[in-house]
Amino acid sequence: MIGLSHNALWVLASMLMLGTASGLVGCFAYWKRHSLMSDALAHAALPGVVAGYAILGFKSLPVMLLGAAASALLGALAVSWIRSGSRVKEDTAMGIILSVFFGLGIMLLAIVNRLPGGGQSGLDSFIFGQAAAMVRQDMRTMAAAAAIVLLVVLVSYKEWKLHLFDPAFASGLGLSGRLMDAAYLTLLVAVIVIGIQAVGVILMAALLIIPAVSARYWTNAFGTMLALSAGFGGGAGAVGACVSTLGDGWPTGPFIVLAAAGTFLVSLLFGPRKGLLVRAMQRREQMRKLQTRAIRSDKLTEGEALP
Amino acid sequence: MEPAANTNGREPVLEVKGLHAAYRRNRVLEDVTFEVMPGTLTAIVGPNGAGKSTLLKTMLGLHPRLGGEVRFFGTSYRNAKLRVGYVPQRGSVDWDFPTDALDVVLMGLYGRIGWFRRPGRRHREQALEALAKMGMADFAKRQISELSGGQQQRVFLARALVQDADLYLLDEPLAGVDAATERAIMEMLKTLRAAGKTVMVVHHDLQTVEDDFDHVLLLNRTVIAHGPTGEVFTQETIARAYGGWLRRREMVPG
Amino acid sequence: MSYEGWILLTASLVGLSCGLVGALLILRRMAMMADAISHTVLLGIVIAYLVTRELSGVHMLIGAAAAGLLTAVLVQWLHARGVRQEASIGIVFTTLFAIGVILIATKVGNAHLDVQHALMGEITFIPWETTPVPGLGEIPEAVLVLLTVLTVVAALILALYKEWKITSFDPALAAALGIPVTFLHYLFMTMISVTAVAAFDAVGAIMVIAMLITPAAAAYLWTDRLSVMLILSGLFGVASAFAGYGIAWLLDTSISGSMAFATGLLFLASFLFSPRHGLAARRLRARAAVGRSEG
Repeated sequence: MIGLSHNALWVLASMLMLGTASGLVGCFAYWKRHSLMSDALAHAALPGVVAGYAILGFKSLPVMLLGAAASALLGALAVSWIRSGSRVKEDTAMGIILSVFFGLGIMLLAIVNRLPGGGQSGLDSFIFGQAAAMVRQDMRTMAAAAAIVLLVVLVSYKEWKLHLFDPAFASGLGLSGRLMDAAYLTLLVAVIVIGIQAVGVILMAALLIIPAVSARYWTNAFGTMLALSAGFGGGAGAVGACVSTLGDGWPTGPFIVLAAAGTFLVSLLFGPRKGLLVRAMQRREQMRKLQTRAIRSDKLTEGEALP
Repeated sequence: MEPAANTNGREPVLEVKGLHAAYRRNRVLEDVTFEVMPGTLTAIVGPNGAGKSTLLKTMLGLHPRLGGEVRFFGTSYRNAKLRVGYVPQRGSVDWDFPTDALDVVLMGLYGRIGWFRRPGRRHREQALEALAKMGMADFAKRQISELSGGQQQRVFLARALVQDADLYLLDEPLAGVDAATERAIMEMLKTLRAAGKTVMVVHHDLQTVEDDFDHVLLLNRTVIAHGPTGEVFTQETIARAYGGWLRRREMVPG
Repeated sequence: MSYEGWILLTASLVGLSCGLVGALLILRRMAMMADAISHTVLLGIVIAYLVTRELSGVHMLIGAAAAGLLTAVLVQWLHARGVRQEASIGIVFTTLFAIGVILIATKVGNAHLDVQHALMGEITFIPWETTPVPGLGEIPEAVLVLLTVLTVVAALILALYKEWKITSFDPALAAALGIPVTFLHYLFMTMISVTAVAAFDAVGAIMVIAMLITPAAAAYLWTDRLSVMLILSGLFGVASAFAGYGIAWLLDTSISGSMAFATGLLFLASFLFSPRHGLAARRLRARAAVGRSEG
């Protein structure tokens, strides 16, 4: 913390919040088996961002974020539509939306960049993330949005737990599946939209996937997993943001992703729940048991029957 | 009920010794040991999760084996592949795949046709014959997504038939099919047996075991009982296999 | 050949090779894996560049093939250790891609290989980077690379046609029949990687995904025969290339983005109007069925 400018502290704080919100929503995506949808939606947000800038003619983060949200939601609806309206499978539908929307985004970007003042759009930073390019106002917006996400999750915690585990049962109890799905989608889009300026469209998915998967290795309890995932996400955000300030013009996104990947590796190896170390020890136990049983049965075969 | 085939002096078609397998963290197969004689039609029954599908997959090397030995016709599976016909569960396939019934049956011959070669006329004729045996000759050019569940299962059977194997392993072939298809499939299996082939079927319906199968293998992680149906399929063995699974009146009268 | 001619030829070759590979890709449900590989080839290229200090086609292809294989192996490795397939893909490709970007930002600086170019490609430069070919004169290098890749891919698909068919349709049976399912899986991964990087120069990594997935998905809605689907997929790829070029010219915008968008338009048209599996046809059939049952 010594020597970090005031601005840098702001970057740190907002990255922390972003990481935390992503970690939480990422858990939901994990349990919904929807991990890569976040990648598709993040890419699909690009044309919306550009349109948001193009319509106004100047950079206004809230408008661009709204554009991103609209675009991502459109993408989500399109995936559903393709899936329900044809025999095309979901992964293919996601791939189509991801690349076609992104292509449209690039098209619009090229047009915008040629317009006068297009260079100031800061739109390029949406592709890889450039937290350092964010101004104070942007960070405040981000932090506020992240806080709202946190609040929503905390308040309706047990509803989420129920819906994620057994949606059919939940709707039987009166918890509308459609409402929860819509809420989930909103949260997902919100987090993606908040995050893409910092982490970039391409890597946003990482922040939604990696902390959640890492948390899985430490616990079986839903609540603990949420908390851990939030922590890992926040940590990755903070560490990554710090490291990226060390270089001139280094993009933030990749460093955050690496930080998250680091925690994943540690979790994979040493996590008590399914970590490799623990598994290796368990296997040795099992082999030892098999051997003692074999020895015992050998001793019995002389005239005795096995129990 | 036809009597079990005379096994004097004949070599077992399939020998399994001490087979162990796990799924995730659970022991699914424990010390499974049994022998199957030629010309038998065996039902593999047991509660869900008892390892029936896993047994087939482990024997064929499709699922990792933790221990034990499996011999087909006295040798390893790799050497006996052409003599074993496997019919996996119907649910594992994408029925929207662009292909027709004849093509699916032809796939059964791919193991024989060899690298870089196309299926020839003779192969096509064999495939059509197999389809005809299952009453599906008219559907040869039909897209598989247009077939009903029973028709799809018949196509799968035809695919097994075309392999002209000596030992057939079928995983729940009667699940979710209509009564007519069920009869057709059981008739075909009995025809195979009459021709000297050996058939093992993972079966879900206890009620029909006595009528249709001359041998039964009761499996619940390990072999509870195995042998001719009349001798081995009793209330006692069923109770042991199913534990608390069945209520009294559901058990097949022994 | 004129400037535009070279560009269109390059794009058509991309459309053809991606279309062929793409048809098998979506049938094997590996669209997301293609997404992953299209990103991780960046790392392969960067490392190839760092090692050889050259941006020549061959080195890039090798780097890409290695990266693609590495991706497949890592995803498989994670999945075997209990991580969900989707999550495995997500973790592997974002991490590898992040490493690639960092390497570019820190080591390569603003050398030829800047990230934007790597991602978006720049087809307008293709006709300038040529190599002499005996008898034909100066041919753009990208065209040569693409032609080679197309030939190899087409040959592999043709030669192993029935193996591809059965391993895509019913891998369990294929394994039981003795067909080397795993080998074919990794071979296919390599084919995707090589095709992706060959198309890279032309349309950039992200747009390669569009070319790999979307024309194939469109073709899937037109036919029930695998052979027809393969051919149609390639043709749709070419059509998208042409249409995209036209759009880019009209709007004066990114060619690769337009081509990706064009694949989407083609898919939309197929989705709505294909006589066999399109939405309109389905509705009409449903209504006819109701009419019959009521009549």
